[in-house]
Amino acid sequence: MSGSEINVEDARPLPLDAWHRAQGGRMVPFAGYSMPIQYEGIVAEHEWTRQHAGLFDVSHMGQLLLSGPGTAAALESLLPADIAALKPGRIRYSLLLADEGGILDDLMVTNIATPEGSEESFYMVVNGATKHDDIAHIRARLPEGISFTYLTEQALLALQGPEAAAVLDVIFPGIATEVSFMQQTSRTWNGATIALGRSGYTGEDGFEISLPAAIVAEFADALLADERVKPIGLGARDSLRLEAGLPLYGHDLNPTTDPVSADLTFALSKRRREAGGFPGADRIIALLTDGPPTKRVGLALDGRLPAREGALVFAGDVEVGVLTSGGFAPTCGHPIAMAYVDAAHAANGTELSIEVRGRRLAARVAPMPFVAHNYYRAGAVK
Amino acid sequence: MTRYFTEEHEWIEVEGDTATIGITDYAQGQLGDLVFAEVPKPGTSLAKGGDAAVVESVKAASDVYSPVTGTVTEGNPAIEEDPALINSDAEGEGWFFKLTIADPAELDGLMDEAAYKEYVAGLD
Repeated sequence: MSGSEINVEDARPLPLDAWHRAQGGRMVPFAGYSMPIQYEGIVAEHEWTRQHAGLFDVSHMGQLLLSGPGTAAALESLLPADIAALKPGRIRYSLLLADEGGILDDLMVTNIATPEGSEESFYMVVNGATKHDDIAHIRARLPEGISFTYLTEQALLALQGPEAAAVLDVIFPGIATEVSFMQQTSRTWNGATIALGRSGYTGEDGFEISLPAAIVAEFADALLADERVKPIGLGARDSLRLEAGLPLYGHDLNPTTDPVSADLTFALSKRRREAGGFPGADRIIALLTDGPPTKRVGLALDGRLPAREGALVFAGDVEVGVLTSGGFAPTCGHPIAMAYVDAAHAANGTELSIEVRGRRLAARVAPMPFVAHNYYRAGAVK
Repeated sequence: MTRYFTEEHEWIEVEGDTATIGITDYAQGQLGDLVFAEVPKPGTSLAKGGDAAVVESVKAASDVYSPVTGTVTEGNPAIEEDPALINSDAEGEGWFFKLTIADPAELDGLMDEAAYKEYVAGLD
C-alpha cells in the first residue's frame, strides 16, 4: 500500500457482501472491497434498469456529515458550489478542488438542516476509491468548531429506473411525488431513519437511500420482493452512466483535469464564478473566459467494435485526443466513448477516428447524454 | 471426431487433418455478454498459442488463441454478425474458425473433455 494508510474499518466486507453472493453476484475487487460486477449479465441488467427498477449497492462510497456554525462557508472554501443558497432538502453535484483547480473528486452535497434552520448541517457522498484522501483533505482544511463525521455504520443503496419511484411508494406512500430530482427527504422504517435523495448515476429517475448497515440486508430484501426490482452490478452501472454522459472519477476526471475542460461548468455556480474564493478560482475563471485547450466530449462510433480508455483520437492523421471511457452502449446499440480532445475538434458532429489495435474506427463528436435523462421534476411537463 | 480443450479455454474438434475451433461455455460465461467478434480470414497462417481471433465483451477485449499450428480454411461469419451466438451456443453454432492442421503431434498436449472439466472445477 502507498499513498494512504490502511483503514481497519474498511478491511471488513461491505454490509451486503453475503447478500450479493446469495443473489448469485460475481464478486470482483473494487475500491478496496469485494463487489458484484454482475448477476445475470451486464446487458440484461442494463436493460432492466432502463425499463423497470435496478437495485445497486453503493455502500463503498464515503458518506460524510458536516455540521456546526460556519459549515456552509467552510464548504465554499473547498467546493465551487453556491452552498449558501442551497436550501434544506436540496442536493447539489459538486467538485472537490485542489488549490490549483484540479479535480480531487466529484460528489453530492445535501443540505440536511431542518427547515427551521437551527444548525447548519450537510451530508456528502464521495467516491469509494478516493474517500480516504478526501477525508484527509477536508479535515485538514476545516476550521475549529465544525463537526466532521465519516459515517462508517451507514450503507448506501440506489434504486434506479422508471419504476423505482412506484416501488418505493409502496413502502413509503407519497414519496413518488413528495420530492423532485435533486431533493432529499427521510422516512422511518422498522424504527430506523432512512434518508432518500432523488438522484443517481444512471440518467433514470430514482433514489439514493442511506440507511444503517445493520438493516440494509432486510431493506434490500423488501425492495427485491417487488417483482419490478432486480439487483444490478458494477458492469451495468458503468454502461448506464456512460450512456447518461456522467463522468467516472479516476477515468474521466482526475487531479490533472479542471471543471472547464471536463465540461462541468454547470457545477460552477454563478455567484461563485463572479466572486471567486474557491480553490483554483483564478485559473478556472481564466479557462471560462479564454476557453479550455481541451474538452471532454462524447463520441459515437460506427460499427460494433468498442474503443476503450486510453485509445488515441485522430483528426485525419493528427492525434487530437485520448479516450477516458468507452464501451458498447446497449441502449444505443453501438459503441460510445468519452474523450478529451483539442478544443478545435470538440464541436458536435466533428468527424474523428479512434485507433484500436492498429485500425482507425470512424467516430463523431456527439452531444451527451447519449440516452435522454428521465428525471422527475414535479410540475414539469412530461 | 475427437474434441480437445486448452488451458486458455478454447475447444478444438478434429476430423482427419481438419479442425474446428471455438471458446468453451465456461469461457463465454466468464467473458459475459459479447458485443464484437472478429475471426481470421481463409489462408491465414496461425501458430500454436498465437493470436487467432478477438472478442469484446461489454467490459473488455480478449484474444482467442489457436490451439495448434495450421492454415485457416474458414471463419464463422455468423458470430461476427451476431456475437451473442457465442454466449448462447459457445461449443456449437458459436464456433470461430476451421483450419488445416500442420502437425497432428501438437494435439498430444491438449486435454480431453473430462480433464478440462476437472481443470475448470479447480479454478472456482
